[in-house]
Amino acid sequence: MKFVDEFRDAGVITKASEEIARLAKPGREYRFMEVCGGHTHAIYRFGLKDLLPACIELVHGPGCPVCVLPMGRIDDGLAIAQNPDVIFTAFGDMMRVPGTHGSPLEHKARGMDVRIVYSPADALKLAQKNPDKHVMFFAIGFETTAPSTALTLMRAKQLGITNFSVFCNHVTIIPAIRAILDSPDMRLDAFIGPGHVSTVIGCRPYEWIAAKESKPIVISGFEPVDILQSIVMILAQMNAGEAKVENQYKRVVPWEGSRAALRAMAEVFELRPYFEWRGMGFISQSALRLRDGYAQWDSEQRFQVPGVRVTDPKAAQCGEVLKGVLKPAQCKLFGNECSPEHPVGALMVSSEGSCAAYYNYEHRKAALTSLGAPV
Amino acid sequence: MCLAIPAKIVELFPNEDSRALVEVAGVRRHIDTGLLVDDPPQTGDWVLIHVGFALSKISEEQAREQIQTLVLLGETEAAMQEVEGYGQET
Repeated sequence: MKFVDEFRDAGVITKASEEIARLAKPGREYRFMEVCGGHTHAIYRFGLKDLLPACIELVHGPGCPVCVLPMGRIDDGLAIAQNPDVIFTAFGDMMRVPGTHGSPLEHKARGMDVRIVYSPADALKLAQKNPDKHVMFFAIGFETTAPSTALTLMRAKQLGITNFSVFCNHVTIIPAIRAILDSPDMRLDAFIGPGHVSTVIGCRPYEWIAAKESKPIVISGFEPVDILQSIVMILAQMNAGEAKVENQYKRVVPWEGSRAALRAMAEVFELRPYFEWRGMGFISQSALRLRDGYAQWDSEQRFQVPGVRVTDPKAAQCGEVLKGVLKPAQCKLFGNECSPEHPVGALMVSSEGSCAAYYNYEHRKAALTSLGAPV
Repeated sequence: MCLAIPAKIVELFPNEDSRALVEVAGVRRHIDTGLLVDDPPQTGDWVLIHVGFALSKISEEQAREQIQTLVLLGETEAAMQEVEGYGQET
């Protein structure tokens, strides 16, 4: 338990914060991107910005699967579920994400058979229990989640369950990082690398960021001290004129990742030539689709999918926020038309979305302070 | 979305493909251990679970530490909701 207790030690946090202030060079501006939505959530929750010198800016990355999904995909999934024989299943995170004609939950209220599942395996079980229905699983997630969908599809094939299919929206993190680095309006010095995605893919896939782009990347845990320590490691690299992949989250992330998970993904999925990301446009080879051997379980091949591109509500500036060009509060709708209770854009739905995180911690805090309440 | 929840393996079912009974804070649910085929867990082992699948084996100390992380992040409720939701749909 010793090192566990240390994590709760405010002294360690203060020390890390002082170390950061010592390592940051005066007169320099630093921009670090935390790729993962879980980190964004933690940074707001713990008010880590207050522990960093003003010269360090944390830019929120695209690692929130609900947030990066373009509205057209939600519409497509719901279009399939208009078929009265189809049961639409998805994780709870998806249920409040707005489509053009409302969220999955709103469609449920209008009579569509929409159900929350907590595991893709449960969607498959639902198909077994309802042989006269077709169960579609609306799959989202990065490499943390994709192996579980893959294994579920392998089971469906083994068991010959044919009234089940997956509407696959799984995305991959590396092409998104590449797109961000290629983006002309984005200047970044280093990355705080995703924790649980790396449990699956390991640390190797990030090596090009260090080798070719000369940017440090440190895979980080989710506690305040993990994130601060990762920033210490990034600054130490920069001061030494180095750029390498380091693993701060060794207690959970093996350097090699999970071979079995990668095998399951390779068996079931192949890369799409391109896929649209909200706010980032089309990114080549950035998402997964089912291989031909699984065509029977691919919702997009079994059903007519409109495939219409839908632009986001005009006033909402989700794209700019997603790319880190705008801060959440700079969006015209933030806190007015768009709030966690009535989200206009997906970034306000998921707790990992930067708008929801900002609203829940910074915005509420500021509102309470203005009322004179102790916070 | 990327919650990783520590769980203890309570029972394995040798006749059923990679099914395991796990316990999380007193709640028992079935999960799939198929992603750990290279190093299958034993009864009493700790694993990190995500959407009903075991992602990796961890030590008891790491499990305790991960529970603390969830507490710190204020995500224990979401984690328990996920675990309690395994095996059903709503």
